[in-house]
Amino acid sequence: MKKEFKVIADLLTNNTRVLDIGCGDGSLMHLLRIEKNIEVRGLELNQDNVKKCIYKGLPVIQGNAETELHQFPDKSFDYVVLSQTLQAFYEPEKVLKNLLRIGKSVIISIPNFGYWKVRIKLLLFGEMPVTKTLPNTWYNTPNLHMCTIKDLFNFCDEKNIIIKKVVGVNENKTSLIRKNNLEIKNLFSKVGIFLVS
Amino acid sequence: MPSLAGLFFWMNIKLENIKKLDVTKPLKLECGKTIKDFPIAYETYGKLNDNKDNAILVFHALTGDQFVTGTNPITNKEGWWVTAVGAGRAIDTNKYFVICANVIGGCMGSFGPKDINPVTKKPYGLDFPVITIKDMVKAQESLLEHLGIKKLLCATGGSMGGMQLLQFCATFPDKAFSAVPIACSSSHSAQNIALNELARQAIMADPVWDNGKYVLKNSQPKNGLAVARMVGHISYLSEKGMQEKFGRKLQEKADYEFSFNADFQVESYLRHQGYAFVERFDANSILYITRAMDYFDLSKQFKGGLVEAFKNQKTKFLIISFSSDWLYTTKDNKDIVIALNASGADVSYSEIVTDKGHDSFLLDEPEFLKTLKGFIDSMYEKFKNEKRI
Repeated sequence: MKKEFKVIADLLTNNTRVLDIGCGDGSLMHLLRIEKNIEVRGLELNQDNVKKCIYKGLPVIQGNAETELHQFPDKSFDYVVLSQTLQAFYEPEKVLKNLLRIGKSVIISIPNFGYWKVRIKLLLFGEMPVTKTLPNTWYNTPNLHMCTIKDLFNFCDEKNIIIKKVVGVNENKTSLIRKNNLEIKNLFSKVGIFLVS
Repeated sequence: MPSLAGLFFWMNIKLENIKKLDVTKPLKLECGKTIKDFPIAYETYGKLNDNKDNAILVFHALTGDQFVTGTNPITNKEGWWVTAVGAGRAIDTNKYFVICANVIGGCMGSFGPKDINPVTKKPYGLDFPVITIKDMVKAQESLLEHLGIKKLLCATGGSMGGMQLLQFCATFPDKAFSAVPIACSSSHSAQNIALNELARQAIMADPVWDNGKYVLKNSQPKNGLAVARMVGHISYLSEKGMQEKFGRKLQEKADYEFSFNADFQVESYLRHQGYAFVERFDANSILYITRAMDYFDLSKQFKGGLVEAFKNQKTKFLIISFSSDWLYTTKDNKDIVIALNASGADVSYSEIVTDKGHDSFLLDEPEFLKTLKGFIDSMYEKFKNEKRI
């Protein structure tokens, strides 16, 4: 999702150090390096994706974010980015804690389970939602801990994680999410992007 | 088959015709002794370009030598890394200038225990000083100076070659733009040392060895050396790989012979590997080189550990391990990655899934070779751009 990467890039300051967890084929890292002169590092589980990053000259470590984040020292990055994978971890809370340890700030994006089409699918049809952002069916989805923008918002509040900025994305439109528009944005955003520390 | 003495005589004649650099600058060894006016035998492949930005240094492993690819002129066999180095290969000699030197302590023309001691006019044998990985690396640095290469595009090596590379980067932090240590470790484990000791004891238990003095009689403790090589070969394969390759298959026979001949294919394989090896390698060299590997401990050299060893590292690293390698495990390799991460270095890491064990780096392992190629080619583009700026 190109738009999401653009939003993430806009949240980041130039010339910083960024760790991209689950960096895929390195598209975001490439964008950040070219457009913002950011020193990027990636962590990726899939061998093919690791190879793709290496071909692009992007530094990437093959490994599992669930079990291998201990290798990164405290506050060794200005930002740690986690794009649409928080919900796929066995222990998202533990992972998030680690991200906050490694990065001075953390950017998390989530597919929003509160999006109206998702709600309707479950409410009216009684079926687990399958959408463009959530393309898998219940039996093969990697997503173990689906949440809504509101859920993550409340979670941060509860755990004393400072929310600096939240951006909602729907196709090509983006909007700032605050406490006063949370209910409505939670209904109309496909993806939520959180900048926290 | 020619006699062993004849074979060595013939090999020595051939060794006089290979590329050698006489290192005149004294080299203080870690053991305290100083060596000077010693030879470094080397080979190069491809052409160094005018900008001198396409040089790749390869460090060889325990029983390797400078003949990386093509035909080894001494043994008339294929170079040890033909799978990776050559025209159109992962390390493309049409594009890059590849350099490899025989380690000191070795027996392919570089200063080693079968060289003549100028004081006694006889081969050194065990009077040869004990050398370390650091000594090997420092000796090879003289070669780069000789070739006029200020900064390598890349340095690489597997196994002991990887250890030399880690040492090279720690000792000369700005000599390589990029580095690919493969299937190695930053220090030898107890198991690594134990296996090396087994190899050494096999050599020393051979009466022909005679405290290393066999060189004076132009002989070779071939039984001991062959066993030492067999130990090595077991450690280079994975259990699964070995089972798939040999299983319980018998060697050209229908049933057991009820004897101690090589009934099983795996026995025949080990015997063949062992006895082929004695024709090309010197037993004392095995003692010296395995010792160097055992003494290797990068964290010990730098107070504060491995992170300290890689401090201020500008080199871009790619670490590669193989899933079924039990000699230098994925964990050993990951520890290097962790240290490089902690020191803030630019590091990539890939674990190649294979059943082929430690030997994988020498084999036609497509995923490995593609990754190696992708990294080196992308580094070349970067290095060229950096030089232009």
